[in-house]
Amino acid sequence: MTDQSKIRNFCIIAHIDHGKSTLADRIIEKTGLLTEREMQAQILDNMELERERGITIKSQACRIVYKAKDGEEYIFNLIDTPGHVDFNYEVSRSLAACDGAILVVDAAQGIEAQTLANVYLALDHDLDVLPVINKIDLPSAQPDRVISEIEDVIGLEAEDAPLISAKTGQNVEEVLEQIVTKIPAPKGDPEAPLKALIFDSVYDSYKGVIVFCRIMDGTVRKGTPIRMMATGFTTEVVEVGYFGAGQFIPCDELSAGMVGYLTASIKNVRDTRVGDTVTNRLNPCAEALPGYKKVNPMVYCGLYPADGARYGDLRDALEKLQLNDASLFYEPETSVALGFGFRCGFLGLLHLEIIEERLEREYNLDLVTTAPSVIYKVHKTNGEVMDLTNPTNLPDPSEIEYMEEPIVDAEIMVTTEFIGPIMDLCQERRGQYVGMEYMEETRALLRYRLPLNEIIYDFFDALKSRSRGYASLDYELSGYERSELVKLDILVNKEEVDALSFIVHGGTAYERGRKMCEKLKEEIPRQLFEIPIQAAIGSKIIARETVKAMRKDVLAKCYGGDITRKKKLLEKQKEGKKRMRQIGNVEIPQKAFMSVLKLDEN
Amino acid sequence: MMKTTAEMKDAEGIGIYIHIPFCVRKCLYCDFPSGPAESGRIRAYMDALVREIHMCGEEGTRADTVFIGGGTPSIVDVSLMENVFNELYRVFRVSPEAEITMEANPGTLSEEKLFAYRQFGVNRLSIGLQSTDDRILRRLGRIHTCEDFIKSYGCARSAGFDNINVDLMFAVPGQSSEDWRRTLHSAASLAPEHISAYSLIVEEGTPFSRMDLDLPDEDTEYRMYDDTAEILAGYGYRQYEISNYALPGRESRHNSAYWTGKDYIGFGLSAASLRRDERYRVTDDMEEYLVNAGNREKMLADRQELTDNDRISEFMFLGLRMTGGISKTEFRNRFGHTVREIYEPVIRKHKEYGLLCEEGDRIFLTRHGIHVSNQVMMDFLLS
Repeated sequence: MTDQSKIRNFCIIAHIDHGKSTLADRIIEKTGLLTEREMQAQILDNMELERERGITIKSQACRIVYKAKDGEEYIFNLIDTPGHVDFNYEVSRSLAACDGAILVVDAAQGIEAQTLANVYLALDHDLDVLPVINKIDLPSAQPDRVISEIEDVIGLEAEDAPLISAKTGQNVEEVLEQIVTKIPAPKGDPEAPLKALIFDSVYDSYKGVIVFCRIMDGTVRKGTPIRMMATGFTTEVVEVGYFGAGQFIPCDELSAGMVGYLTASIKNVRDTRVGDTVTNRLNPCAEALPGYKKVNPMVYCGLYPADGARYGDLRDALEKLQLNDASLFYEPETSVALGFGFRCGFLGLLHLEIIEERLEREYNLDLVTTAPSVIYKVHKTNGEVMDLTNPTNLPDPSEIEYMEEPIVDAEIMVTTEFIGPIMDLCQERRGQYVGMEYMEETRALLRYRLPLNEIIYDFFDALKSRSRGYASLDYELSGYERSELVKLDILVNKEEVDALSFIVHGGTAYERGRKMCEKLKEEIPRQLFEIPIQAAIGSKIIARETVKAMRKDVLAKCYGGDITRKKKLLEKQKEGKKRMRQIGNVEIPQKAFMSVLKLDEN
Repeated sequence: MMKTTAEMKDAEGIGIYIHIPFCVRKCLYCDFPSGPAESGRIRAYMDALVREIHMCGEEGTRADTVFIGGGTPSIVDVSLMENVFNELYRVFRVSPEAEITMEANPGTLSEEKLFAYRQFGVNRLSIGLQSTDDRILRRLGRIHTCEDFIKSYGCARSAGFDNINVDLMFAVPGQSSEDWRRTLHSAASLAPEHISAYSLIVEEGTPFSRMDLDLPDEDTEYRMYDDTAEILAGYGYRQYEISNYALPGRESRHNSAYWTGKDYIGFGLSAASLRRDERYRVTDDMEEYLVNAGNREKMLADRQELTDNDRISEFMFLGLRMTGGISKTEFRNRFGHTVREIYEPVIRKHKEYGLLCEEGDRIFLTRHGIHVSNQVMMDFLLS
């Protein structure tokens, strides 16, 4: 049994680009993967495992061994956390498995919006926070200023904060020492009934579901009969182990304080829920861990296979992704334009993009994505309230009493010179000014209430471009407000394309409609006839553009009898057409369905 | 029952293409296998060509057209060229009335060469002019001026060539429609029997593809194309194919063979063939070619037996390149089905769009259809 006093479970939190991943790499590099005692035995197992199958660990969890200056060997479990605001939920579940957090702050940038958000999350989880000042090798570094900022703004003792450069490795040893001295050891009871928190999981077609867990109390080993307290699922453990660099390394047991994984021939992804508590079926613990509050998706969009025949593949892929990502939601839907697909829910736009990319890359799916939408509350005249996630389902206006849209509390950290442009931006996005605080002389924290549908599209990009990259954003859903909303429909060659409809505030409808038509005009290639593109609210046309008929498409030369080449060119062109969506007579490229996202690009 | 084209074709004469992959300097837009070479290399290549023709196994086959293309065939020494012709005449039965074309570039022709070509039986010259505007010629990376062309053209006429084609190119960087109209008038005023006018295609891998080019826009290119037919018509030229214009009776028989599905054999680096319902190509690797030229099997690449669907597709999309289009009777005779049985929806669609026209026995592209011919042709590909 491993002595708990020699274990440190921690994560690294930071604003994006402050050097979290670089520091993690550096820590792994400066430590070893095995204790001296384990060295001999484990290397063999390791190779055996590799022979069986090379598995890459998706979640950035890693167990490493550090020989401290006190001469003792410590086991570090480093659990990585995503930095983006979309993933506060994921941060939260990583934090619950830790006893402490390293807070990385950029010595040149100082505290940013997500630094604050992450620190508050860590404090909410009762973690000890160890501040580290990174990038001190930059000419613009001002470590003293940043230290006082941490003390003043967050209220954390930062006098002893290591001043490091994760890039060059300077002073990283000091971080390692402080992990030993400042982050508390776990204090579970190894003799108590098993109580383990599931903080992540991956599906492996060979081992079934691999459950990532932090053992709070008790011990688990091969053969332990277990029960998932929320789902009620029971099974017997097949294997336990910990996380090597990029590998699962089996071991005999996991006891209180340890972080590792277990497999139990779990085939159904729904049986293991992240946040659930694992206990011993025969000797259960008294009560489950609080778990996590269930997060609800904030952004919805339709995902369709480009090739309708791959609908089943898309469903299987979504099911597998959901195992690793409890916040992903999906249900089948049908579009006139796009056929069979799924309405999917995400934490935010970045989350959407990541899922889309994983579906395309890992599952080799070619996708058509429709415009993202938030959840609107539609209050109908008959007293019903419906949650609207797909604009197509908006009831007839005569049945609608009024509508509400989600509002977020946003905090924007910005250097004072950009306050003006950022306030303009928030104003354009229907923001309500709440207040402003000066963090120090040159930096301020702006507070706004903003409609979520104004920030899901391209708010981040706009924020960055109007502040030359200096502004940072954090937000939290605060509730729903009544709003003048209308459904904007797009007609291509006089036919309504359901997948292009979106909900928009009445005041910006004309502007959006016009830009949407302009964008589609760029995206839809010229065809053999003229194509009108119209934006409409109900039966009223509010904007129009025209894709002119194609003028020229001739292969003039016939390559000295090389007919094969000519034919291949024609075939390639025909193939390209096939990949487009046919709406009436018009062929629409897949990316056109995402046009609404790019309305402010110029 | 479908009669194989091979059976029908054995009675016909074939076309022969010979590729000369050498030039003084490669033009900036050119993606043909061609480049400068020293004389030893050229000699080795011409020897290989003779071996390739010698071993082709076509003794006694009748040839109705011969086309020596490049590159710039006219830079090769006359004596080396003579060897090739000698071998050609030894192996093939070249008809007395065969059309025998040699490609040439201004600045590489001399009275001696032209006289020798006449001796070899060459009765048609194809001269690459591209533009009468020296500024444009420089932009294209051509080695000659307009004056060089006029001299070469005059020499060719004195040497007795009474069938000359002039290659022109439009939609090139920096060219206005006014520039192009001037080139058309100047070229036509010299009264060559045939004019080919190609629009520039910027091909991957060429120097042009890596340059920031001021190409004319789609509408200008459209106008240039329309001007071509109109201006040349004023000089008596009739457009008979997407890029080809001829005085009456002077259409190129060799090129027409490509578009009507006749058999042809290509000799030399990367040359393409269609023979007995099989398409293939000679390797485009020079080293491989020089080593294996005597062993035809070894250096053929991309061999493809044509299926019925391939033959039907080709008949249509190649036939539609000709302004006369395709003959419905010929379609039925060749394939045992009416064209309607196979293509009714496609024909109806493009007639509705005004891109195809049907008159009597023939189906052909309308003027508008020619401009967007790829869009029509791709629909005739059967998978």
